Order: sequence, then structure tokens, then C-alpha cells
Amino acid sequence: MFGPLVVKPGSSKNNKTGSWRTGVKPQFLQKNCIACKMCLQICPEGCITGQEKNTFICDYNYCKGCGLCVFICPKQDIKMVKE
Amino acid sequence: MKELLEGSRAIAEVVKLCKPGVISAYPITPQTHIVEELAQMVADGKLKASFVNVESEHSAASVVLGGEAAGVRSYTATSSQGLLYMAEVIFNIAGLRLPVVLACANRAVSAPINIWNDQQDSLSLRDSGWIQLVAENIQEAVDFHLIAYRLGEDKDIMLPVMVCLDGFILTHGIETVDIPSQESVDKFLPPYQPLYKLDPNNPVTLGPLVDPESYTETRYAIEQTLKDALKLIPNITVDFSKAFGRHYNGLVEEYRLDDAERAIVAMGSVCGTVKDVVDILRSKGKKVGLLKITSFRPFPAQQVYEALKDIPKVGVLDRALSLGSFAPLTCEVKAVFANKKKRPQAINSFIVGLGGRDITLDSIKEVFRLLSLKERPAEYIDLKPELLRERYE
Repeated sequence: MFGPLVVKPGSSKNNKTGSWRTGVKPQFLQKNCIACKMCLQICPEGCITGQEKNTFICDYNYCKGCGLCVFICPKQDIKMVKE
Repeated sequence: MKELLEGSRAIAEVVKLCKPGVISAYPITPQTHIVEELAQMVADGKLKASFVNVESEHSAASVVLGGEAAGVRSYTATSSQGLLYMAEVIFNIAGLRLPVVLACANRAVSAPINIWNDQQDSLSLRDSGWIQLVAENIQEAVDFHLIAYRLGEDKDIMLPVMVCLDGFILTHGIETVDIPSQESVDKFLPPYQPLYKLDPNNPVTLGPLVDPESYTETRYAIEQTLKDALKLIPNITVDFSKAFGRHYNGLVEEYRLDDAERAIVAMGSVCGTVKDVVDILRSKGKKVGLLKITSFRPFPAQQVYEALKDIPKVGVLDRALSLGSFAPLTCEVKAVFANKKKRPQAINSFIVGLGGRDITLDSIKEVFRLLSLKERPAEYIDLKPELLRERYE
């Protein structure tokens, strides 16, 4: 019998590491967004996507809840909420 | 072919027959002769292997981990401090399911420094996930190497195996040993075919970070696999006896236990001495016997239960300690009989032969004499109370 020990390259997308999240997560309000993309660029997990104003979201399957997107947003359009 | 050989030399001969591709080791008494001989074989071109000289046992274990991860049969040997220095890698080798074979020339652990035999080193690593086979004599140590590779590399097992042999007594003792032919070994032990390996043409990552979502399963898998090994070992020893004519149970050996009223449970070379004492006492009409444990990990609980359930007085010999609690083998035997209706009336613990103290016929006779129907605290056989009066004030 074997457990999970071997991974093929490029498979990090398959590992849903969002289970490590700290207990809080960012909520994207999508009201005052100016599409500056600061949140997208600062996200250490690269799990924030979006193009137009008020379209930005993150993928909670990977988000660790670090809060950097909330910190960097110039419009306070992202807030941390409890899980 | 039967030859008169030193234990270490005999082991080197059988390792050569197993054709490992990677050997790495660091010298340590009393293991050194094994790898010294292997290094000579490689230098003389008699064994086509990569012998990697390293600066420590931690590195030696890491090299065989790497060799095995690259899909190559690998071998190392060590002892005492060396094994403990390997400890971190020892757990990794088992965790990565790499069937390395390691010979542990059992020796006491420092401090105080002592190069002589007891079994504290390998027993301290009992929880690492390795299979541990304990040899009674040089022939067993040789044969267990063949069984070790066959068992560890089985596709349903894929676990490392430690062949434990008592330092000096077996590594430096000289016995007539039957070294099998290359042809018969090749038939018994097919080339190693790993389930996965590190290969630049087909890249994989072995042993990546595993989070709480799946760590438990990797450990559960080893535990279940060790249970499977308990079933597989007797099958392999049947094949072994067909191939080489020597029969082992592989898990335990019962010696004159039928109708026994007193029995000793032991592991390793001391079993030879116990067998002699059993023969002497039997010739005087005393009903005594021996249960030898060959496989310490996985521990053959069912076989131990069957062998001892009707014997009223049982004594367990430990050549190691678990300081602050029951000695390692005692602990196992007591656990087998916890809450069992059929059981020995008393299972008593005896500490013998630490740091190379001789275990004589008289020591074993004393153990048989002390076996009682009442459980008592562990007895240290041949303890010298006069040495305990040191004061440092």
C-alpha cells in the first residue's frame, strides 16, 4: 500500500493548497475597483485574476489568507472576512 | 560452497552476489570489515558497483537513498553512533519507500563510549518504518541479506530492510558458511525493477511536501505494508529453502517449546547460548524452551501468541533498554498478551549483555532459575552492585 509520494512536473495546480488558509480570506467587493492590478501583482500565490474594473477575484483553492491584496488596494475595495 | 569465513567477509561475499550498483559507507567498528571487503572487490573489478566514499554516515545514508531513488539496488552497513547519525535519513528512506538494505553490526551506544555488542542502536530506530531481521549466526546473517533484497523490493512492499547482526560475535566470529552460487542467487533475486525513479527523461519529484490533507495516509500505508510483509516473509522463506536448501520461518523460531513450562524469548546471537542451555536442562528432564524472534519489525504478534499462550513462565531477554520503561522486546511480548485469556502467568524481563558483557551458560541458567509465576521488575543479570557506589561530591 502506498500514500501520495510522487508528483509529476507541472502538477502544483492539482494540489489544492488553500486548505492551509489562516482562517480569514479576502473578499473582493468589486465596487470602487480601478483595475490597477496591484492585488494581482502582489499575490504570492498568483491566484488573483481579472482584467476590467470590478472583475477581480481570487481562487480560494490556493489563497492562503495572507492579506497582502487587502493591504495594497488603494481603494480599500478588498476586505478580510472570517471563513 | 562451504567456506570457513569471518562473518563480515561472508556478508561482503553475499552482497557481491546481490549485485548492488551503489555502495556507500563510512567505517565504524565493528562494521568496518564488511565495507572494507566490498571496497576491495570493487577496486579489484570483481564487483561492478559505484563505491562512494563519504565523510560521514549521514552522507552514506543519503548516497544510498539517492542511488535507490535513481532506480539502482544500493547497500550500506553501519553500527551504533553511525546508525544514529544516519537516523534522519533512515526515516526518509522508509518514508520514500526505497528498498535499501543495510547491515547493522549491533553495538552499544555512547556515552560512555563502548565498541562492544548490544542491540541498543537498531532498537532505537524500531519506529522508522524499516523491516528489521535479526540474525542468530553468520549463516543467517548471510541468508537474511538475500531475503532482505527479495522482500524489500517486492512490488507490494517497497520498504528498506535492516539486517541486524551482533557486533564482533557475528561480524568477527569465524564459522563455516555456505555461500551460494551466483546462478542460484540470480534465480532467487531478479534484477531490481523500481516502481518509480528519478530519471531526467521522465521527471518526477519524490517526497514533496505533503500537507495535513495526506500525511496520515503515507504513514498508514507503511503500517499496512508491514502487515503485508508479515504474510509475505514466510512465502519468501519457502522459495529460499527451495533455492538454497536452508529453511527459516523468517518470523520466529520455536526451539523445544512443545510441553515447555518455562520459556525464554530472545533475539540475535544469544539464542545459540540459550539453545545450549535448553539442551542441557532438557537432558535433566526440565521442560524448558526458547522462542527466537527473527523479525522484530514487523513484529509477529500472532506467532508469539501461539507459541507462548500455554507456557506458564516466560522470561524475555533484552540486550537493550528503553530507559524509563519496559525494555524493548519485553514491551512487545507484554503487549501481545494484554487482555488475552490464554497467556503466561508471568512475563518477566531480564536485561543481559549490555555493552558486550558476556552472556554465559550460567547467565542463562540463572534466568531460567529466576522464572517465576509472579511478575517482578526487570532483573539485571550479572549486575555488579559494587560499581554503583561511586560518589562525585
